Amino acid sequence: MAERPEDLNLPNAVITRIIKEALPDGVNVSKEARRAISQAASVFVLYATSCANNFAMKAKRKTLNAGDVLAAMEEMEFERFMEPLKEALEVYKKGQKGKKEVSEQKRKDKEKKADSENDKSREEEEEEEEERMEEEPEAENEAEEEEEEVEN
Amino acid sequence: MSQNSADKVDQTSTTKKTISLPVSRVRLIMKSSPDVSSINQDALFLTTKATELFVQHLALSSFNNGSGKESNTLSYSDLAHTAEETETFHFLTDILPKKILARDYLKSLEEMQEEDADF
Repeated sequence: MAERPEDLNLPNAVITRIIKEALPDGVNVSKEARRAISQAASVFVLYATSCANNFAMKAKRKTLNAGDVLAAMEEMEFERFMEPLKEALEVYKKGQKGKKEVSEQKRKDKEKKADSENDKSREEEEEEEEERMEEEPEAENEAEEEEEEVEN
Repeated sequence: MSQNSADKVDQTSTTKKTISLPVSRVRLIMKSSPDVSSINQDALFLTTKATELFVQHLALSSFNNGSGKESNTLSYSDLAHTAEETETFHFLTDILPKKILARDYLKSLEEMQEEDADF
């Protein structure tokens, strides 16, 4: 639970990076502006949560789900986020599924070979697998950024 | 980071490239809302992703509509302006108030008091 008010802030370094990625190269963002955007982001989370929760309550559910969040975006008139969000969710779900398959494979491997030498080669395989899975989301992000630029 | 369970580490590596904000922090903010009892993984992921899109959208629209385009800067006043002028960002006006000079504030306060005195 949040014990201190700072616990409800988002990490400055990450927020700064996201801002820099959105703006053209070389734009200076004042410290005050960065702080304000960070606070705005926290308020956005609360606002979205409250909207999403209303949808869940209407449906007599206690757990917020993806549909509630998407409905909240629509209600908040951030329809422009819908497509990128749906795409990101697809990739995320695929990634999780992939992860499960990898751990399944790991378990099988473990059963087959128990000596330490094979352990090493397995670690390398895992690394490759991870890299392969990360390529997809990255491509996704690039596509989104392009879209964003065209729109504006 | 030491208190991170193996489960959490797993989760971060999956979402490494799709989202950059920490989901644990976003969950904390969501849970600070009194009515919320539980949030599923997908909803948490979507809210985190939406927050990133929101940060980009707010920064870019403030810069594009702002006064700092020539000097290549994004300042607080650009954000306050966007919050006031753009319908979708209206919910931010409370935390992004327009700055006014103390002497202007005192002047408007005086005017208000005079108006009250008229009644």
